[in-house]
This record gives sequence, structure tokens and C-alpha cells, in this order.
Amino acid sequence: MNYFVIVLGAILVNNIVLMRFLGICPFLGVSKRISTAIGMTFAVAFVMVLATIVTYLIQVYVLDVFGLSFLQTIAFILIIASLVQLVEIIMKKVSPALYQALGIFLPLITTNCAILGVAILTIQTDYNLVEGVVFAVANAFGFGLALLLFAGIREHLELQNIPKGLKGAPIALISAGILAMAFMGFSGLV
Amino acid sequence: MAKRESTFFNMVVTLLAVTFIAAAALGFVYDLTKEAIELAKLRAQSEAIKKVLPEFDELGESFKVAIPSSTDSLEFFPAFKGEERIGVAIKTYTNNGFSGFISIMAGIDSSGKISGFEVLEHAETPGLGSKMNEWFRNEQKPQQNVIGKSPSTHSFKVSKDGGDFDAITASTITSRAFLEALKRAYDAYEKNMNATTASAVNQ
Amino acid sequence: MDQWKNFTKGFIKENPVFVLLLGMCPTLGVTSSAINGLGMGLATTFVLVMANIVVSLIKSQIPDKVRIPSFIVIIAAFVTVVELMMEAYLPALFKSLGIFIPLIVVNCIVLGRAEAFASKNSLGKAAVDGLGMGLGFSFALVLLGGVRELLGSGKLFDFPIYSENYVSLLFVLAPGAFIVLGYLVAIINQVKKN
Repeated sequence: MNYFVIVLGAILVNNIVLMRFLGICPFLGVSKRISTAIGMTFAVAFVMVLATIVTYLIQVYVLDVFGLSFLQTIAFILIIASLVQLVEIIMKKVSPALYQALGIFLPLITTNCAILGVAILTIQTDYNLVEGVVFAVANAFGFGLALLLFAGIREHLELQNIPKGLKGAPIALISAGILAMAFMGFSGLV
Repeated sequence: MAKRESTFFNMVVTLLAVTFIAAAALGFVYDLTKEAIELAKLRAQSEAIKKVLPEFDELGESFKVAIPSSTDSLEFFPAFKGEERIGVAIKTYTNNGFSGFISIMAGIDSSGKISGFEVLEHAETPGLGSKMNEWFRNEQKPQQNVIGKSPSTHSFKVSKDGGDFDAITASTITSRAFLEALKRAYDAYEKNMNATTASAVNQ
Repeated sequence: MDQWKNFTKGFIKENPVFVLLLGMCPTLGVTSSAINGLGMGLATTFVLVMANIVVSLIKSQIPDKVRIPSFIVIIAAFVTVVELMMEAYLPALFKSLGIFIPLIVVNCIVLGRAEAFASKNSLGKAAVDGLGMGLGFSFALVLLGGVRELLGSGKLFDFPIYSENYVSLLFVLAPGAFIVLGYLVAIINQVKKN
């Protein structure tokens, strides 16, 4: 499959947040400021790519070989949880500066369904390892794009005069809906 | 009961025990459901075959037919009434849907006409492209209905492209892909007619 | 806290979706119809109840530091049970819920209840809490799915209500999920205040 199609598809057409509905929790949770949104994006990108590689290898060389693919969910979530721990420990030792910037987001990532979602989607769509990595990187960008756009919108929303009943979560969700509508314009592109 | 302390030994033992018990329990459930899952898949397939073909007594052995200039293949399910082959169900596909892959079970009767179809898998837009399963069998609208027609007498393209069928409103891409999948089934049928007849003789 | 209150808090007061804004991915992802919402809700309820029960039973055996990973394994095991059962006996629903079934494992509600409630409470309380929260979650999904299905395809539980010519497709598509949920949250907030 064409890498370009994978990238375009993952970022714009089937945007992981706005079209596939994965990773909504951080999308709503850490999108109040652009700076935190950037930090979260990089933490997610890092873990997503790493997790996709490791889960792919485990699926192909362990689960498939021994006919244990029914253990997929349990194996993948364990891998992701331990990867997150590992990344946290290594980052703390190797680059305290990076840890300071991304560390607070790491514990949130284990329960970010975008990571597990991308790992499972890679297996389901029969991507090979390289395609899987491209897919993971593209999805991380897609996640970042949605998060940044949304953070920008929310920073503006704070300054607006919003009807009382809609303040907070409701207006955020409705704005996300309008953003999703804009992304629908990309459908059919690939 | 006092809480166990977080010594290294305790932690390792606990995690191992929890994982081991969970995996063993799942192995048990997997064994229990394995047959049912297989059956469910087969049933879905045989139901689709029944829907797309005229009444038949039994299915012959299915076989795969390679598609020229591609690594994919279509699966053929010949159906017999008594000794006579009354049609073939063909599991066909297209990658050109609005959201990519669409899988369709197409039935072709012994005269080469489309006797029925059933969309098996698709990711088209709900309410637009997803209408294909109803749109192309509307008996009141001959411009939409593909059933009883053959690609040898009708052009399986949307009218916008000079074909004989009206596209689904606002879903031209889905319609094109749908017709392409049927055409692909028919082309493979035509090319492998001899093979199917031969297997009919063998029966 | 008496058991009845413990049970009903999940519906409005502490509704996981409308009030706590947890478990958003399946909430938005599968609710293009009321049936899908119900299926997802009940699947999650099963996992919630079972995980809560098991966690409450073995809470004293688990050292604190490996608490979370152990809970995750337990939850993942029950999710796989649901996955296998559904594939075997409800293949159509399994197909339409798709990837969101394995993703129950990262639904914050499940881990959240195991960690915040079941690991500190008795078996009975934990089970009731799981059931209440699960049914509250299902209630939210059915409500959201019902509204979207009604506005977007003119049906309710697959039963035609009005002509398809008057529907607004937007509601069954992705943006509709966000918008309908936004308004539902606003309405529930208002209800809670009164």
C-alpha cells in the first residue's frame, strides 16, 4: 500500500480523534492550553510508535505462532502499560528536562485508547511493520493536529460570552462537533 | 487480613499469579467458544449464499479463482439442484468505495444474470453509501435494479459515466465501486465458466 | 451509604458520561443507533461488575505497588471473555461495535471504579457499585444513541418513526455525536441543579 495514502488517510480523512473517536479523554482533558497540548502530543507520539512496533512483533512472532491470538487484548494492554513505565524510568534517568516536560502526561497514556486502538488497527488492517510504523506516526500527527486546533479554539472560547447552560463541557463538545464537520470535508480524498 | 507488603518477591509472585490465572481462564473460555465462533462465521456466509441464489439443494465444493494482475482471488460457491448447476455465488470485492474496501456476495444464475447480491462488509457513510444494499434491488425503479440483468447485456456503470444504472443520490463513488465489484464477479465467472461446468460434470 | 443510593448514584448524580465525562471514546464511537449503545453499555456493565467483584475479593492479596497492573490484567481478562462470547453468539453486534469492544479495557470508568471503589469496599458494595455505574453508562449510551438514531435516520431501535425524507444525516455521522452529547450534558446539568 502507498505510504502517502496511509498518511493522508490517518491525518485528515479518518482522523483518529474526530472521525474514529479514539483518544477523546486527553482530547477533552488537556486541550485547555496550547502548550500542554503540544506536550501531550509528543508523549503520545513517542509511546504510540514504540507500542505499535512492540505489539506488532509480539503478535506476529508470539501470539500468531502459538495460536494465542485470543490473548491479544490482555497482551497488548500489558505491553503498553509496561512500556509507559519503562519510558518514564528511562526518561527520568537520561533526560530530566524531557521528563519535566512530558512526565506528567505519561501516566495518562496507559488508558489512552488511541494507543491500544492504533496497535489493534495495525494488526486488523494487515499492515506490515513499516506500514504499521508509518500508520502510527501519521496517527500521532493526526492526534496532535486535532488537539492543537481544539486547544486554539478553547483558548478563544474562554474569552467569549457563552450562554450559561452551555459553559464548560457542553460548548467544548459542540465545538468539537463543528471541528469534526470541517474534517468531513476531507472524506473521500483517498 | 493484612495487606500484603510491596516487597519485590510479593510483587513478582502476585503479578505472575494474576496473569497466569487470567490466561488459563481465557484459554478455557476460548475453547468453549471456538466452535461457536466458527459456526457463526459459516452461518453468515451460507445465509448470504442462500439469499443471492435461486432455490438450490446443495452447494458444490467452493474454490478460489485468481484475478488477473492482482494477488487477490474471488471465492466461487457453485449451487446445484439435483444434477444441474443452477448458479454460482461469488464473494467479490472492491477497494474503490468511498471508505475503501467493500465485500459483496453476488449470485449469478445459469443464464449469466445477477440473481441477487448481499453486501457483506463495508465502511461507507451511514445513510448515504450504506444504502447500496437496498438501492440496487428496488424493483419499482428499473434504472436502479441490477437483479435479473447481466453485464453482457447492460453496462454496469453509473449513468453519469455512460452506464445503465442510476447512482445512489449523493453517493456516486460508492455506486461506482458497487457496480465495479459486480462486474468483477461477472468477468471472473465468464472466464471460469468452463472450470465451473467441468466441476459440475465431475459431480 | 445505603445500597439503594449506592446503586442509583450512577444514573444522574454521578453519571459516568454526563457528569464525570469518562469513557468518552465508546460513548461517541458506537452510538449511531440505540441498539449499538445498549450492546456496548451492557458489555461494559458486565466487565464493570465482574472486575469490581474480583478486585474486591482479592484486594488484600495484592501489594500496593502492583495494584494497577493487576487490575488491568483482571479487566482485560473479562473484556476478552465478552469479546469471545459476543463473536460467538452475537456476531452482528460484534461487527458493528468493532474495535470498541477490546477498547473497553482502557475505558477509564472500569479502572476508575476498580481503583477508587472496589479496592476499598466489601464484595456486596463493589458489585452494586459496578452494576449501578454500568447501568448508568448504558442509560447514557442508549439516550445518546436513541436521539442520534431518531434525528439521523428517523428510527428508534430500528423501528421506523417518521419518513426518511425529513432526517438530518449529520446526526448519525461523527459531528452529530459531539453535538448531541454537548446538548445532553447541558440538559443533565440543568436537571441536576433543580
